[in-house]
Amino acid sequence: MNPTPPIDPHVRARRQAAVLAALARVLPRDAILASREETTPYECDGMSAYRESPLVVVLPSSDAEVAATLKACHAHRVPVVARGAGTGLSGGALPHPLGVTLSLAKFTRIVAVDPEACTATVQAGVRNLAISEAAAPFGLYYAPDPSSQIACTIGGNVAENSGGVHCLKYGLTLHNVLGVRGFTADGAAVEFGSSALDAAGLDLLPLIVGSEGMLAVITEVTVKLVPKPILARCIIASFADIESAGRAVANVIAAGIIPAGLELMDRRMTAVAENYVHAGYDLEAAAILLCESDGTALEVDEEIGRMTAVLEASGATRIAASRDEAERLKFWSGRKNAFPASGGISPDYLCMDSTIPRRRLAEMLLSIQAMESTYGLACVNVFHAGDGNLHPLILFDAADADQLRRAEEFGADILETSVRLGGTISGEHGVGVEKLNSSCVQFSPAERAQFFAVKRAFDPEELLNPGKVIPTLARCAEYGKMHVHRGLLPFPDLPRY
Amino acid sequence: MEPRDADRRDAALLRVLDAVGEARARRDPLEIRGGGTKGFYGEAPRGRPLELGGLAGIVNYEPSELVVTARAGTPLAELEGALAARGQMLAFEPPRFAPGGTVGGMVAAGLSGPARAASGSVRDYVLGATILAGRGEIMTFGGQVIKNVAGYDVSRVLAGSWGVLGVILEVSLKVVPSRAATATLIIDCGADEARARLKSLGKRPWPLTASAWFRGRLYLRFAGARAAVDLACRDANAAALDPDAAAAWWAGLRDHGHEFFRPEAAALARGESLWRLSLPATADLPDLGGEQCIEWNGALRWWRGGAAPEKIRAAAAAAGGHATLVRAADKSAGAFAPLPASLMRIHRRLQEAFDPDGIFNPGRLYAGW
Repeated sequence: MNPTPPIDPHVRARRQAAVLAALARVLPRDAILASREETTPYECDGMSAYRESPLVVVLPSSDAEVAATLKACHAHRVPVVARGAGTGLSGGALPHPLGVTLSLAKFTRIVAVDPEACTATVQAGVRNLAISEAAAPFGLYYAPDPSSQIACTIGGNVAENSGGVHCLKYGLTLHNVLGVRGFTADGAAVEFGSSALDAAGLDLLPLIVGSEGMLAVITEVTVKLVPKPILARCIIASFADIESAGRAVANVIAAGIIPAGLELMDRRMTAVAENYVHAGYDLEAAAILLCESDGTALEVDEEIGRMTAVLEASGATRIAASRDEAERLKFWSGRKNAFPASGGISPDYLCMDSTIPRRRLAEMLLSIQAMESTYGLACVNVFHAGDGNLHPLILFDAADADQLRRAEEFGADILETSVRLGGTISGEHGVGVEKLNSSCVQFSPAERAQFFAVKRAFDPEELLNPGKVIPTLARCAEYGKMHVHRGLLPFPDLPRY
Repeated sequence: MEPRDADRRDAALLRVLDAVGEARARRDPLEIRGGGTKGFYGEAPRGRPLELGGLAGIVNYEPSELVVTARAGTPLAELEGALAARGQMLAFEPPRFAPGGTVGGMVAAGLSGPARAASGSVRDYVLGATILAGRGEIMTFGGQVIKNVAGYDVSRVLAGSWGVLGVILEVSLKVVPSRAATATLIIDCGADEARARLKSLGKRPWPLTASAWFRGRLYLRFAGARAAVDLACRDANAAALDPDAAAAWWAGLRDHGHEFFRPEAAALARGESLWRLSLPATADLPDLGGEQCIEWNGALRWWRGGAAPEKIRAAAAAAGGHATLVRAADKSAGAFAPLPASLMRIHRRLQEAFDPDGIFNPGRLYAGW
């Protein structure tokens, strides 16, 4: 990330006084935080390498207060950064140094659970897992399960279009959200989608979901609930080399099986996870696959049989299927703790999040191995293998500025390699500020200009979370790397009309 | 010497670029056309036809990646045939109102068939698209991978955009394995009983992929693993429909083959119209007279009758949904439900952002732009 230019303290103080005066007219006093002690917890999100002190933090507790906050900020042309639980991994909730951070922490009400329609309507600050807990008495749950689900909020999930280990079968946030309500930057109430399966006009929900708080501030979300599977079982399969593990993943899919989860860990990640949770993983394997089936007992037993046959035929050196729920949870415990386990072996890590076509997996992992020597840093790999989403964890020590620089360059190299292999710089963590430079490589100047035009259609003054997601022309020129032409169209040099 | 397929496609692309360039220069509206099978839907098409039928062909298909990429003019039947040959399919069962529909038209119309409630919509399966928009620029959004959150998700907004955001040149779609087994059961009952039964279905572990109620019969389609389908059939304890008859029934429903969906000229002249009401699945509607066909476990109600458009629209809105006027002699009430002012402002600005010259299918979604 490029350092932001320092801000003149006098300019900041004058601005802060004006904003506080405007906000004091519309919000109760305890909903406004401005001292350094109070605002420090809001300086970063889960991407803690990037920090910024917000001008003011507000914690509204009603739709009316959100609308009033936005109107006041709009009148003074003050940027607004909406924030959920702050668990994001790309700096999407990084404060604006001259802006207001709008926390939705008080929006924690479960408005309604409708077991007949299989929907739940909840406020944006409700935690992901709390939705499933509220639906559990009806035998239902909310399917997307990002690894931070005990802490992250549904509003944040909507902002990031979060995935999770089950999204190959159950879809991303977008596929499980029916509608959202909120406000545009000028404080006007707006609704996208509905409780029906579609809404009139253009379908703008896919723009809102994953827009990282740049198009609207969402205060209420209606989600789809699905029946809790009667049974789930998981297979662990070991492979002697990465290539056969990658081929096994393709073979499972090609056999017409959509596993409930299909995860890969490389040898070093397996060792780190095993040391942390003692799940009984095979430490000899070059890679292990976790392959899950869920449904009725009949369906699961049939599918586990088919999965086992495919994995064996693909050269698995060891296969074990969970016999009960306790064993299944044990199989998953290492994978679910991969990030904290990595935190235990290194002072810091950068978690990358690119997606590649699955067939390029072995090639990608070999490239990463080469990069380890180029940048002089170690990297362990976990992979949502079913949908091609890779999470290399680059290990470094942030206390050493040179290591941070090398880690960032290592990360950018992984992202740009992913684009060259036909993939994308972010599968589920978002662009935020972390991947702005890499966006220059993925999108052409015309595409980036179109993104800005989309933003202005919702937010003409560009006040909502400005500076995130879309890099400016100037920034891309400074970064200096070429856009990788991704389209299959044959005339990249055609004259434009 | 025969030109290679790629050269032929490139020539087709150049013709599209030329036509759009001319239209921009003259500010001449274009009617973007694939197979020309959906002209009856939405507001009436107008403008000089921009034919995309020549821009055809499957560009890339990797069954083990669950992704297919095809040019906009590729016939839908050709795409679905290629998928079936590899044991895969489009999960959302796109309608074919007439032979000749294309992949681009399928995405632009954004319509999904009987499987929608269980499997998701065409929008859910769009992974990426290359479009010609703005000031004649070719732009690619999304990609060929299942998980992708880089930039705004522009490709999915194209689903149901009716061409007002530009010309779709190429799309990438997620595909799914074909179902190993399928069975359709019939229960004779009235509409109220059918809806009551459907409400309790969501929690059953049945592999229900479609439901429909029409003229005193509730149709339930189970599809998936053989064992699961057999078990659901035993549990449901209802009469099974012969497989060929079942396939014909669901295809007829998907494609509006039945005369219910295609009122004759005389009926239209009497003031009858066909409406599509999209509602929360469990919502109740007041008695509107006429006749209905219920799909999507209650979330889609096709309604045919002579009630006034304002009455239908008000009933749909009160139930939490919206109503589309599909077939009528008079569509002056607007094909699509009117939008709240705050949402319409965003629509207008978005359309201007993608089509500053106002040449792509103007008036096809809402009159006036």
